[in-house]
Amino acid sequence: MLSRDTRDPALLPRLMLTALALILLWPGIRLAELDVSVLWHGDSARDMGNFLAGFWPLASDAEFLALLFDATLQTLAIATAGMAIALLIAIPAGLFASRALSLSAASRGGRPLWWAQALRWPVRGLLIFLRSVPEIVWALLFVRAVGLGPTAGVLAIGITYAGMLGKVYAEIFESVDQRPAHALMQAGSGRLAAFCYGILPTAAAELMSYTVYRWECAVRASVVMGFVGAGGLGQQIDLSLRMFAGGEVASMLLTFLLLVMLADALSRLLRGRLA
Amino acid sequence: MILGLHRASLRHGKAVQALRNVDLEIEAGERVALIGPSGAGKSSLLNVLSTAIKPTEGELRVLGEQPWNMGNRSRQRLRSRIGLVHQAPPIPGRQRVVTAVSAGRLAEWGLARGLLNLLHPLDAEGARKALAELDLADKLFAQCGQLSGGQLQRVGIARVLYQSPELLLADEPVSAMDPVLADHTLGVLCRNARERNVTLVASLHNVELALAHFPRVIGLRDGQVMFDCAAADVAPERLRALYANEHLVPAPAAEADAMAVQIPRC
Repeated sequence: MLSRDTRDPALLPRLMLTALALILLWPGIRLAELDVSVLWHGDSARDMGNFLAGFWPLASDAEFLALLFDATLQTLAIATAGMAIALLIAIPAGLFASRALSLSAASRGGRPLWWAQALRWPVRGLLIFLRSVPEIVWALLFVRAVGLGPTAGVLAIGITYAGMLGKVYAEIFESVDQRPAHALMQAGSGRLAAFCYGILPTAAAELMSYTVYRWECAVRASVVMGFVGAGGLGQQIDLSLRMFAGGEVASMLLTFLLLVMLADALSRLLRGRLA
Repeated sequence: MILGLHRASLRHGKAVQALRNVDLEIEAGERVALIGPSGAGKSSLLNVLSTAIKPTEGELRVLGEQPWNMGNRSRQRLRSRIGLVHQAPPIPGRQRVVTAVSAGRLAEWGLARGLLNLLHPLDAEGARKALAELDLADKLFAQCGQLSGGQLQRVGIARVLYQSPELLLADEPVSAMDPVLADHTLGVLCRNARERNVTLVASLHNVELALAHFPRVIGLRDGQVMFDCAAADVAPERLRALYANEHLVPAPAAEADAMAVQIPRC
């Protein structure tokens, strides 16, 4: 008895899990045909070098800068409008999918009734469906429906990101301390009111930071969708790449860096206000 | 009878039996203290009485209604007339005191007024009055996370006072306060109950406080009622039997006799 208690009972499972992770990693690398040494082989290194050398000097003539400015604004507009649509779907869906608003959970030690839990599954299924199709596929679909242009990008981001935001919102709602909300519901208040008074104060910083991060991702995603004709910076990059105008591509990449830095600063500012 | 429990049992999972066959009747306007050792089921009993948790077996009657035989909506209405002071104040640290206190009337206000109150406190004076009774009026606009344990506990009490329920239940309402403050705060709770003719049931660790402030005392042990009598009739033998703990390792020889009985006096 004593000799057994002197050893950490969690030791063996942890060692096994580590071994399992390593064993699974090897076939993964084989399947992905990962071979880093190719990077240093003669031709490929020179090709990459030539490609990158074309990036200098940065394109900075007035005409191009005006174009870049317009494309950047369009990209930001696509990302922001897409996020607005996503939020419209994600907030109610997140509330429906989350156990945080369950009246039955409040009086059953956090476990909702089985049928109440079953009602959450269709919403979860919808969120899974929305985000399981990549935004680029949605974009291709909408380009066929509404034609070339930013509208397709906005719709594609709105739909995919609704799925991601809704899922993560539901999990954030559940991961914070539920007792304040439960106490309010046990004192007779409605679910939404209990949510706003009991969960939102604790979850706000996390929600804000994730939302801003997703907005940043939406900026990048809108670029990828530009490649299939959904407007913005992506369409410009695609054109410049085709014309081997490396300097223009580099200028646009620099713009991206600035946009991501902007998102980062915004996130930090908002978190500072909320924390 | 304002509060009645008939053969009520409560199990947490399969292993833990928190309450066994509890029978209890409390009349309107009574003030009752619940005492008993840790793990006796005091919190469970209060949670059942406040309709927060459904008893596994047995019947509960509160304010003339059977809360577990009614729909969600009418149960929520009934719950708004019951106030429970939690042992650990269930208040987010990032909330302001004025918001935390005004959340007491959330059930009465409904969603629209509740949301408006988040943007701008609609009844700061009411919240200030509730806090003033507990000497906390100066903390009205402080963040709850910056308060001490005792202050936060008083904010929790102020919220329930602001709710002004017909039935006031309190789970260790003064456990984080020093003896003087604990005595004073219990006095405030009891005076409030008397003035508004509210029924008060409070669980307490401190036996002396229970005997001093409450006319009726219920002793709880292993989820069962050991005694239920007037405070004057609580004899030392009864307390000894209530708190006897055969699992504690006796203190070293010299003090063994003095330590045999563990009556908490904080």
